[in-house]
Amino acid sequence: MTLALPSAAPRAPRRQVFVATALASSGAAMLLVGMCAMWMKFRAAAPVRESSDGFYMIKDWLPADIAIPEVAANTMFVTFMAACLFAQWAVYSAHRRDSRHASMALGITALMGVAIINAQVAVWSQMGIGVADGAYQSMFYAITGTVLVLVVAGLAFTAATLFRTVGGRVDDTQVVSAHALYWYVLTAAFTLVWFLVYVQK
Amino acid sequence: MTTIETHAGATARAHGQSLVARVGAWMVSSDHKKIGRLMVGEAMVAAVASAVLGVLLGLERMSNGYAIFPGDAATQLSALFRYLLVFGALAPFMIGLAVAVVPMQVGSRAISFPRLAQFGFWAWDLGSVLVIISIVGNGGPGGGNPDLVDLYVLGVALAAAGLASAAVSVATTVLTSRAPGMTTDMLPALSWGGLVSSVAAVLSLPVVIGTVAYLYIDHTYSRSAFGGNMAVGEWLHFSLTQPMTYVFAVVAAAVLADIAPVSAGARHPLRGAVYAGLGLISTGLLGAVTQSQHMVSTDGSAADTVSSLLPYLLLNGLPVLGLLVVIGASLFVLKQGSPKVGAAFALSFLGAGMVLLGMLASMLQNIEAAGVSGTALEEGATTLVVHGSLMAGIGALVHWAPKLWGVVVSEAKVLPLVGAGLLGAILAGAGNIIAGFSDQPGGAVDGFSYDGPRSLWNVAVVAGHALSALALIGTALAIVSAVRSGASAPDDPWNGHTLEWSVPSPAPRDNFASLATVGSAEPVLDAKPRQEVPA
Repeated sequence: MTLALPSAAPRAPRRQVFVATALASSGAAMLLVGMCAMWMKFRAAAPVRESSDGFYMIKDWLPADIAIPEVAANTMFVTFMAACLFAQWAVYSAHRRDSRHASMALGITALMGVAIINAQVAVWSQMGIGVADGAYQSMFYAITGTVLVLVVAGLAFTAATLFRTVGGRVDDTQVVSAHALYWYVLTAAFTLVWFLVYVQK
Repeated sequence: MTTIETHAGATARAHGQSLVARVGAWMVSSDHKKIGRLMVGEAMVAAVASAVLGVLLGLERMSNGYAIFPGDAATQLSALFRYLLVFGALAPFMIGLAVAVVPMQVGSRAISFPRLAQFGFWAWDLGSVLVIISIVGNGGPGGGNPDLVDLYVLGVALAAAGLASAAVSVATTVLTSRAPGMTTDMLPALSWGGLVSSVAAVLSLPVVIGTVAYLYIDHTYSRSAFGGNMAVGEWLHFSLTQPMTYVFAVVAAAVLADIAPVSAGARHPLRGAVYAGLGLISTGLLGAVTQSQHMVSTDGSAADTVSSLLPYLLLNGLPVLGLLVVIGASLFVLKQGSPKVGAAFALSFLGAGMVLLGMLASMLQNIEAAGVSGTALEEGATTLVVHGSLMAGIGALVHWAPKLWGVVVSEAKVLPLVGAGLLGAILAGAGNIIAGFSDQPGGAVDGFSYDGPRSLWNVAVVAGHALSALALIGTALAIVSAVRSGASAPDDPWNGHTLEWSVPSPAPRDNFASLATVGSAEPVLDAKPRQEVPA
């Protein structure tokens, strides 16, 4: 027997891309937060040594001969913030059906993504450490490499959104909003990485 | 009026295709029912494989270690056993069940992002194959081939990423593709459980992937931070034990909560309590992401005891409380109607009971004074949680077989298997739990005497795993024989309450030809003639 239920007008599913992006972004954030937690665990378990000036006892976590290039690291942090700003500009323009500005904003967001990759490579290059040099080094490359993978995923998302916008699908604001959400969450998660790895060291 | 698309044309087309074309069509299908069935089917194969490994490892212990497997093989096979139990069987079975059934329940024509769900299946599948290849080739935890140890780690990451992808599809479907009028408080229990479990999986599996990223880099290049080959298993152990297993066991509890009112023929009076109970079980997520068991210690001052008791109760007690609420609410609804206890209810009820036993054993393990931490008790608790969940999952397959395969699975064939599965899981689980109290360590350990009463518990474990394997194979055969018999099922054989029972059996590819408006949690019950609804 087939039952007769009251019928309803067909409708499009509600904000599927936005919700799925929110879930995926939460997963990406948990990935970095989990890695930060392990970083903290290893740092806390490191033995204590005298600081180079001899005044303090500090955790022997960051090898004494390694200097963190703070300018490149802080530039990367600021670039993340800028990426969010431009992603939000794209949302603002898309809501106003302004495809030219939306495309421009998405293009600059992509540029920010490339700048982040450049800054990360600069950090690696200036530090001059090898991944096989020790525990700190391998963990440093693991966490920063994961950030880089997530930035590349964000760049791919930006490129897809840009193609849609350039192709005239500026009415579909959901994807542009979802794209901005990804960059917001990634920036928030990177802020934790930046503070732990580059500031607190 | 809802009109339902029949699938006769599609079936005829399928019959006209060659075997290769049909297999190809299955491999690339975006039909959520096919993707879900593929996941569940392979999960059952993995469950049988884990039970066979359980038998072999038990025999190894009975022979006092290293009589069957040479060198570190027992350690590697123990790792494979745990992987197959949790990531091979439990997680894909529960997520696959949600993929197959939830879209129909919420009144959606398809799962959200079907290609993502399909990618999830294949990624998990490939990851599992890599894990097996690595173990066979002397890799994995304790393995002698470093490259294949790396392959094991990559396999785990790929499988976890696949499961998380499928979970995103399920959660998005429930959140965005419900039938018009279906608010979240009208969700069927399985859909709610699927949502809760999927969100918990999306939040916890990336933590596993993060750990794997560290392990892979360290093991490949440095081997200075994480301890080399032997420690790989220790670092990933949190993902293959409690409370991580609770993240997926939520679906098993939801199956019971969904089948109980149908068996009772009554509306659920405690729907909110069921939702809360399922949510409480998922708090196991907190223990999973913190990668710790949270022990309670009574050695220090009263303040120390309280400070260890609070996280212990939060992370171990809340899931138990949640499952008790779900089981209690399910028994309560039976009182409200005229219960007709079939194989599906028996399986889901007994399965939930076994999960509860496993949770209680796990709580006991985390009491320092009990002195069973690090013993075989943990393996027993995991076996109970996993086999209990699988049993409830098989109950779900029997219940939803009319929609998934268009058949009613013979209760006469399934009910004896319920007894075998129950006995098997209890022997395998309880045997290890008791062995834990006699200080038997987990896994296969060289230099430990398994003589005396311990040999008896290990005999029970071997017999239990063998029975479980037989029960799983028997259930699969019962389903296959029902499908091959060609006897078609009625559209609504159980007098169901939720939307999936309004479509023909088996459900057509797009489920619903037109969307229905939903006004209550039991829309199909509302549409039935009054006399069919019990007072």
